[in-house]
Amino acid sequence: MREAILKVFRGTPVEAGKFITYKVPVEEGMVVLDAIHYIQGYLDPELSVRWNCKAAKCGSCSAEVNGDPSLMCKTRMDQFAEGEEITIEPIKTFPLIKDLVTDVSFNYEVNKQIPPFCPADDATWIFKQEDIDRVQEFRKCIECFLCQDVCHVLRDHERKDAFWGPRFFVRSAGVEMHPLDCGNRIPLLEEQGGLGFCNITKCCTEVCPEEIHITDNAIIALKERVVDEYHDPLAALLRRVFKGK
Amino acid sequence: MANYEIHEYDVLVVGAGGAGLRAAIEASAQGVSVALVCKSLLGKAHTVMAEGGIAAALSNVDQQDNWETHFCDTISGGKHLNNWRMAQLHAQESPERVRELERWGAVFDRTSDGQILQRAFGGHKWKRLCHVGDRTGLEMIRTLQDRGVHQGISVYMECTITRLLKDGEKIAGAFGYFRQDGRYVVFKAKAVVLATGGAGRSYPVTSNSWEYTGDGHALAYEAGADLIDMEFVQFHPTGMVWPPGVRGLLVTEGVRGEGGLLRNNAGERFMFRYLPESTRKDYAENEEESKRWVDAVLKGAKTEARRPPELSTRDNVARAIYLEVKEGKGTPHGGVFLDISYLNSERVKKKLPSMYQQFKDLADVDITKQPMEVGPTMHYMMGGVRVDADTAATRVPGLFAAGEVSGGMHGANRLGGNSLSDLIVFGRRAGAGAAEYAAGQEDRLQVSEDQINAAAEELEAPLTKKGGSSPYELQRSLQEIMGEHVGIFREDAVLAAGIAKLEEIKEELKTVSISGSKLYNPGWHLCRDLKNMIICSEAIARSALARTESRGAHSRLDYPDTDPEQAKFNIAISRLDGVMKLEKTPRPEMPADLKKLFEKKEQTNA
Ligand SMILES: Cc1cc2nc3c(=O)[nH]c(=O)nc-3n(C[C@H](O)[C@H](O)[C@H](O)COP(=O)(O)OP(=O)(O)OC[C@H]3O[C@@H](n4cnc5c(N)ncnc54)[C@H](O)[C@@H]3O)c2cc1C
Ligand code: SF4
Ligand code: SF4
Ligand code: FES
Repeated sequence: MREAILKVFRGTPVEAGKFITYKVPVEEGMVVLDAIHYIQGYLDPELSVRWNCKAAKCGSCSAEVNGDPSLMCKTRMDQFAEGEEITIEPIKTFPLIKDLVTDVSFNYEVNKQIPPFCPADDATWIFKQEDIDRVQEFRKCIECFLCQDVCHVLRDHERKDAFWGPRFFVRSAGVEMHPLDCGNRIPLLEEQGGLGFCNITKCCTEVCPEEIHITDNAIIALKERVVDEYHDPLAALLRRVFKGK
Repeated sequence: MANYEIHEYDVLVVGAGGAGLRAAIEASAQGVSVALVCKSLLGKAHTVMAEGGIAAALSNVDQQDNWETHFCDTISGGKHLNNWRMAQLHAQESPERVRELERWGAVFDRTSDGQILQRAFGGHKWKRLCHVGDRTGLEMIRTLQDRGVHQGISVYMECTITRLLKDGEKIAGAFGYFRQDGRYVVFKAKAVVLATGGAGRSYPVTSNSWEYTGDGHALAYEAGADLIDMEFVQFHPTGMVWPPGVRGLLVTEGVRGEGGLLRNNAGERFMFRYLPESTRKDYAENEEESKRWVDAVLKGAKTEARRPPELSTRDNVARAIYLEVKEGKGTPHGGVFLDISYLNSERVKKKLPSMYQQFKDLADVDITKQPMEVGPTMHYMMGGVRVDADTAATRVPGLFAAGEVSGGMHGANRLGGNSLSDLIVFGRRAGAGAAEYAAGQEDRLQVSEDQINAAAEELEAPLTKKGGSSPYELQRSLQEIMGEHVGIFREDAVLAAGIAKLEEIKEELKTVSISGSKLYNPGWHLCRDLKNMIICSEAIARSALARTESRGAHSRLDYPDTDPEQAKFNIAISRLDGVMKLEKTPRPEMPADLKKLFEKKEQTNA
């Protein structure tokens, strides 16, 4: 049977991290998460990893595989060459807990700041599929935080103090663009969410496993609303008047 | 003396899936303080994986639908073993709970006139499943999560509860550890709601995640509650069978709801041969009638044609597939074919996007061009903690249970879509029940140090031992036993032998050991989970041995017939002097006005 060579990051915030090499037998159709489970089950029961669904639905198993931010349950082993060393590291933007597990609590804190959906009191709850296609796209997000991981504002500039990150622009767009929502999160997005720091590099969109058009459909649309809000108040007002109807 | 931190709340909710979140939201809305704990991160519970939809008689698509029909379908699907009151509340309240989700921001797929769209599912007479493509659970959990965030509920993530604490007969809180660093924690609470989900990890082929180790079932059992209907384990008929790494992964029933056809290796639509006499009249007689039904679904039009036999109940389809494969009529990888490739490919991608992706990414199969290979996979626990229908209270004062961990609602077989609705109907009721109970408790409850020390020692044990069995090895042995001895088809001697092996595993568990520290150590976590898995497995096996008939998901080779006498009781498991005790307890009698619903003239199918 073919064997794969995995170099897996092991470590905690106090011990210096190191890569440990494991040899894992490869079965047809195997994914990286299967290989990690093999290590846990037969070689090293202590190896820490998060996972739940094994079907790219829960967003738990994010890691950097040969440097690419990926869902391990979706990354096939047969894409690597025979004998190639496969490096598996935790996502870098968030503080390490142990091995492949990181502290992603930042994201949960940001989420709390987004004002909830607020429908009009007299809403009829009748709306067309085409009016919600876009919102449904945003709501596909599985919170894998891979977009947060690659965004340079968080990863390289460490602006967690002033920037919510692409995931939460998507989330905000999902409520802002709901046909029955009457809220206005635009000033908040600009002033606290740091929407202006985004310079549309689209790295987030490239890694999104749900293929959400984060930059084009969420971020740019929100930026346009910011422009209206601050420079074309009439347009902003009209949009709000016709929302929720 | 154990080191631990203490938190105090009125209500502690264990589990943050649909049931736990809905319970926490309700309890907190009643004005009591609420903590919510979960083993994974928030939003990753099993509920997130639910695909096909949530059942509620909104009658947006089929106007003839109403709660009475939903009630009858649920009871018929459950082979009359359901707790009638739960089935009634569920059918009556699920429409309002779904509308509530919509008001909280859930965005369901729409009908052409702008209402919530509903699709067909197995065992449901009318099109009843509200859905968002094939990611309905994600929509539900996010909606509840975002609602909960703004309600002041304290959330403790990656925290595993290992023991319920009591003051005399009453619940007084719970003990657990944080996965991140292994530190211990005591939650003092006047009421505890269990919403921990199911127990599929004890089986070798399952759609369930690592979390499903039957914790709530075991915690309740150890605290003195009783578990009912544990012999009823749902094998979902369509799990992936290939490649090996994804074996068991779910293929939503939504595929069949959208027109997916089941065929054996001879190309035969074998389900026509497996319809039980009692429900045959509800299904298409031949391929032509079945095609008319699918065509009408595609057009969103009405039809007199009856639904395809592929939409029979899960117990029945799972058995049929198992038998076809056993008779040599299976696919190369030991399943049968599920085919939706004859439909327009854009429609398939729109209605079943995650199935399309799943097969493309993981199996190199394009479901718009090729059939899928599918076979049964352990999916859902019908059995669980016995509760009062109206309040979700167990027999232990202060202990409540809702969602998959509770028993009674689904009887001998659950209909697809009836779980998500169960979660929000009974999650809400459990939250209200617990809040009301907690508000009525004046005294401060006392928890003895002995209980806490015992809980801590149990966790320390595997770390201090050397050279014992590996927890992963033990888990593999347990899965093998359950797969071989307590699978889809059961038999006296095979079950008895399985129980004997479970007894051996119980002994082996005492020697289990693990290396390393308490820092995020999954092997250490599994050592404790195994105990719960074994308790559940034993309860399943013993109940299965005691029910000497075939009913719903419980199929006995030595008792192939359904015995009307055995509809009169539920098998209940509880602990007596440290040993598992089994009783046959009378099933509550359905009142006459509900019984009448089953006599009503059947309407034509649309
Ligand atoms: C792939 C798949 C698809 C499905 N599709 C559908 C569908 O379309 N329609 C439908 O109706 N049903 C469906 N089901 C079934 C349904 O999703 C589940 O039955 C339901 O989500 C269970 O919800 P719950 O709230 O009871 O538990 P879960 O959502 O599983 O949540 C359990 C929670 O308890 C926590 N927990 C467990 N043990 C402990 C402990 N010891 N300490 C602390 N926390 C603990 C977990 O961390 C988790 O947060 C599907 C199931 C699967 C697996
Ligand atoms: S497009 Fe904006 S949010 Fe996305 S990665 Fe680039 S800077 Fe970050
Ligand atoms: S937007 Fe995409 S990449 Fe970002 S968290 Fe959601 S699913 Fe992941
Ligand atoms: S395990 Fe759920 S996304 Fe990978």
